Amino acid sequence: MAMSEQDVLEKVTETLVEALGVDDDEVTPEATLTGDLGAESIDFLDIVFRLEKTFDIKIPRGELFPDNILNNPEFVQNGKLTDAGLTQLKERMPHADFSEFEQDPDINKMAELFKVQTIVNYVMTKVNG
Amino acid sequence: MRWFWIDRFLEFEPGKRAVSVKNISLAEEHLHDHWDGCPIMPASLMIEGMAQTGGLLVGQANNFEHDVVLAKITKAEFNGLAIPGDQLTYEAVIENIAPEAASIRGVVRKNGEEFGHIDIMFSHANNSISGVELPERFVFTGSLHRMVEPFLEAKDA
Repeated sequence: MAMSEQDVLEKVTETLVEALGVDDDEVTPEATLTGDLGAESIDFLDIVFRLEKTFDIKIPRGELFPDNILNNPEFVQNGKLTDAGLTQLKERMPHADFSEFEQDPDINKMAELFKVQTIVNYVMTKVNG
Repeated sequence: MRWFWIDRFLEFEPGKRAVSVKNISLAEEHLHDHWDGCPIMPASLMIEGMAQTGGLLVGQANNFEHDVVLAKITKAEFNGLAIPGDQLTYEAVIENIAPEAASIRGVVRKNGEEFGHIDIMFSHANNSISGVELPERFVFTGSLHRMVEPFLEAKDA
């Protein structure tokens, strides 16, 4: 049976409450994982582990949270993503909303792409095919 | 003092679960500072005991090819205090294992009764710490390694 977005959000919220030790009212769709919820690098893997279990899905490494972008000089110049980098990231993160980030693709702002809603969008594609 | 916070393994199922035992003794120096006249086993050292139990379990699952380091204490809850004369057992079960990291769920028992829960994530040191020169082996040196050897030899026999 297909899961509704609300069902997915509720389970993602539970997952983040457990993984990050935050209160459930802090976990809003627009909350960023690092800025608002205080996630650190190891937490991203913890979140992946928990999502796989909660939703009974497989999350290939680098699919939800892409890696190997920032260490590629073709994709990053002067602290910003190049056009090629932005295109690559968009291809690999169809579940993220780039409307703000692409105005100023500063790599320090890349973390803002990782919002609760980003995870919800990703999980929706996995559980509903 | 040597940094061993488990005395020995009672059970070791490679890649799955392990149970170790820690007997708390008034001979341990740290108990006289924590606290003078009121010795209590520090929670941090029970977490270390679970980390050693789970860390060896995770390390062996990768044939000790990577050192593993404690990366995150996801949960640590205790019901009450542990004091000299108590026997603790740490049961660690691998929940997830991936090339870069692993997680375990742990149950602490005191004198056979459930006493606490400790969940830990481990990182494979050589994969996760970039730009830092690490010695080739700094966790799985001889003494820790030897604690699990009897179980592995029995399996190979």
